[in-house]
Amino acid sequence: MTLLWIPLLSLLGSIISSMTGKLSRNQSTGLTMLMPIIALLMTISLAPAVFSGDVIRDTFSWIPLLGIDIAFRLDGLALLFVFMILGIGLLVIFYARYYLSSNDSMPKLYAYLMLFMTAMLGLVMSNNIIQLWFFWELTSISSFLLISYWWHKPEARKGAIMALAVTGGGGLALLAGLLLLGNIVGSYNLDIILASKDIIQAHDWYEVTLILILLGAFTKSAQFPFHFWLPHAMAAPTPVSAYLHSATMVKAGIFLLARFYPALAGTDIWFIIVSLTGLSTLLFGAYVALFKHDLKGLLAYSTISHLGLITLLFGLDTKLAAVAAIFHIINHATFKASLFMATGIIDHETGTRDMRKLNGMWKFMPYTATLAMVAAAAMAGVPLLNGFLSKEMFFTETLHQQLLGSMSWLIPILATVAGALAVAYSARFIHDVFFNGEPVDLPKQPSEAPRYMRVPIEILVALCLAVGIFPGLVIDDILRSASFAVLGGYVPEFEVALWHGFNLPLLMSGIAVAGGLLLYTQRRYLFQFQASLPAMDAKKIFDGSIDAITKWCQVKVNVIENGSLQRYLMLIFVVVLLFAGWPLFEMNQLSGQKQLTPIDVHNAMGAALLMVGAISTVIWYRSRVVSLLMLSVVGLMVSVAFTRFSAPDLALTQLTVEVVTIILLMLALFFLPQHSPKESSSVRVVRDVGISAALGIVVASICYALITRPLESISDFFLANAKTGGGGTNVVNVILVDFRGFDTLGEICVLGIAALGIYKLLVNLPLLMPTSDSDGRPWAKERYPLLLASISQSLLPLALMVSFYIFLRGHNLPGGGFIAGLVTAVAFILQYIAHGSNWIAERLTINYRKIIASGIAIALFTGVGSWFFDRPFMTTWFDYFDIPFIGEIELASALIFDVGVYITVVGATLMILASLGRLTVNAQKEEVNV
Amino acid sequence: MELLYASCVGLLVSCGVFLILRARTFTVVLGLTMLSYAVNLFLFSSGRLSLNQAAVLGYSSEYADPLPQALVLTAIVIGFAMTAFVVILAIRGRSDLGSDHVDGELPDENKKVKV
Repeated sequence: MTLLWIPLLSLLGSIISSMTGKLSRNQSTGLTMLMPIIALLMTISLAPAVFSGDVIRDTFSWIPLLGIDIAFRLDGLALLFVFMILGIGLLVIFYARYYLSSNDSMPKLYAYLMLFMTAMLGLVMSNNIIQLWFFWELTSISSFLLISYWWHKPEARKGAIMALAVTGGGGLALLAGLLLLGNIVGSYNLDIILASKDIIQAHDWYEVTLILILLGAFTKSAQFPFHFWLPHAMAAPTPVSAYLHSATMVKAGIFLLARFYPALAGTDIWFIIVSLTGLSTLLFGAYVALFKHDLKGLLAYSTISHLGLITLLFGLDTKLAAVAAIFHIINHATFKASLFMATGIIDHETGTRDMRKLNGMWKFMPYTATLAMVAAAAMAGVPLLNGFLSKEMFFTETLHQQLLGSMSWLIPILATVAGALAVAYSARFIHDVFFNGEPVDLPKQPSEAPRYMRVPIEILVALCLAVGIFPGLVIDDILRSASFAVLGGYVPEFEVALWHGFNLPLLMSGIAVAGGLLLYTQRRYLFQFQASLPAMDAKKIFDGSIDAITKWCQVKVNVIENGSLQRYLMLIFVVVLLFAGWPLFEMNQLSGQKQLTPIDVHNAMGAALLMVGAISTVIWYRSRVVSLLMLSVVGLMVSVAFTRFSAPDLALTQLTVEVVTIILLMLALFFLPQHSPKESSSVRVVRDVGISAALGIVVASICYALITRPLESISDFFLANAKTGGGGTNVVNVILVDFRGFDTLGEICVLGIAALGIYKLLVNLPLLMPTSDSDGRPWAKERYPLLLASISQSLLPLALMVSFYIFLRGHNLPGGGFIAGLVTAVAFILQYIAHGSNWIAERLTINYRKIIASGIAIALFTGVGSWFFDRPFMTTWFDYFDIPFIGEIELASALIFDVGVYITVVGATLMILASLGRLTVNAQKEEVNV
Repeated sequence: MELLYASCVGLLVSCGVFLILRARTFTVVLGLTMLSYAVNLFLFSSGRLSLNQAAVLGYSSEYADPLPQALVLTAIVIGFAMTAFVVILAIRGRSDLGSDHVDGELPDENKKVKV
């Protein structure tokens, strides 16, 4: 149970923080931090077990048929990430409290941050790869929300869309890869997949699966050539960058590499793809970072470069490389998060991040400057800091690999070059910002940041130092247990220590530092050289290709979708005709074996009336009132047909619905023209007659073929169990409220949604109030005939009584909630017709929306109620009671469900008609308050 | 009788489809209503036609198939809700667009394909 709580608490925190809008900033921050703190404490309590080699699991069955569970798993790797996500997350929340201005919505940022935290926690702890993918996508979506936090800025919107497009696209590739992986192994369970290395790597699909999964990882972790979204995502507020783009979001791709390392790594194709991608990203990022004038731009490219370094380590064919990669994950998260936060302070206090303006900040903010310099030194890999240790390990591993055969010596050289570039851009970060003369027209007079804004940076920098000086003490446990998880069950011999003696890696570090400083002092020439190159912006390429794709689609769509509904419908009907008609030609015999029933005179007359009605509707379709009246004849004959063919419930429903429908359409005619103009050309009429005749013939044939064949139905079950299992003898009603009660619940929801949609459509309707009909005759002045008014009033109680009776007997005889609801609605509509909406509104103030809501709520809670008796959703209960004078009656929980149906039907029907009817009375433009 | 029933369903489909293919919203709504009659009758008939066999236990020796009836019952009610929604949409469309043509505007013969 405990593991589920970690992401759940974070999700809860997201909801809590979204509701802190009315509280002060400190209260809001405190409440937001509460849940992650609890989650962190829980994680700490679990840590000793994980360090000792246990894997904690927690599984809930979700869709067992598809092998999809809600499954969590905490091993060393997951533990490391959970610590980073919660720890840095807490610092970022605290930091953001001082970073945000009073114009920015704090609850919004916190809610998004916590949602993102939930996604990350779920991702790293998933033990089911489908669930893992779900959380993966959730990180993309929540980071989209975070990047576009300042939605009024175009660059924030564009950056967010770009990040979503790239990482979301990678997510699709990942899904495909994971599905393939699940198919190869035969399970989506991570435990099983990680133990099936041999099966996976021997399979024909291995290459495809690997490439798809790597695509997901590389897009997320901004690997070259998918890196371009990351610099544009810097439009996010700096706390967001500190969290997403140093410690979490971009590390998700790295996490994926580490997670699947035991199952996928070890082949040549893995080593080549992963190491070369990492190497090119490492060099490219480090080189570009040097030329960025924007502080966050520099950090973004430096992040790309460091992510490349980690990827490269995962791609090296030595066992210790993976350990070094994990070590660098930790180190990069700490120093990069603190650098982002320091940049935020500089931006906050000076109003700019441009290094050409920022100079000599040491004088104004010595304290922040010291912290930033230590962190930047860690980034450069200076001894006594954590960055130095992992860089040394990295250099060592580059010397031990055999990746490129006889050309393997290239890799340590290139690694040293990248190291020199890192020193150069770190030196630039320190020297350009804090020294290098006086500031150039800053927007704000700089000063030191608020005391507490620096606390998170102090903590992170202290960590950099502690790891750098006492690595064995601070980092050993977690590093070992994470390596244990990544390497699939064993840890190679290694020792993290500050001093390994004079050796080749130390020499490489020395060359890197010296080379980097040299590069920085000679940067003028480099900048000139860079300026002479043609400017290349990946954003333009991205935008261009998106535009091109959009235009291409637009052209294709315009061919099919030309805006004519008649054409679409015609095409749909033709397709239906082809698909429904074709099988008929392959059938040998249309009529089946069933004994035909003879036609009697009643049926013949009914059918004739129905046909006359239908044909008349079509013939007079231009004169709409006549056509509508003819349609009502058809509707009545349909309900007669239901009566005739043993379906009394349907007949009652059809009859009442018919009344309501015709009233509604009559009302509608008030707002619409009463006549249709003659528009269709003769050709079109012939074409349409052809299509409709053909469709009619096909449907009639299918219907005939169907009803002349013997019936094999599952209904015997319902007939046999209606009385014993559902407690009613009207099987149709028992099916509705009991056997298929869940369907009915869905259906009344649809009814409610339709009514609400109608309500919304009628709000603020610009009225075309006709004062006369289309022939110029004014509407009758006498609106409410006296005779109708007095009769309808006395009819109301009678009708209500009838509907009550129909409702009560519904379980055993034809009737029930639907029919009773319609009868009640008709009774009320009659009052509206006879007296008008105003008269009703004076006497009865009803909010139909609330009625619909309460109806659905009653039905829903009747279903939920069965949970309290440990039964599945919507199990019904019934019993018989003997009451004096009344006799034996049956009480069933299905009856309460039916009350819900009844109330929803009444509310929805009345809302639809009363909303529209009211408009005919109120010519003023005002909101319809029904 | 089966033949007659099937012909009625077919005729309703034909009339409904023809009306739906017209160019004015109200006619389309009439057509939709007609088509939903046809669909309901069709679905209902999948339980086969039977006389005097209402699915109420204890009133006859054999019973009509109750399952299609239950399905059609809710279909009728939802059909009403949908008809209502479409007709109100038509009213709204006419108010906002000034025309009750199904395309929201009168078709112009010379108009080029919209881009």
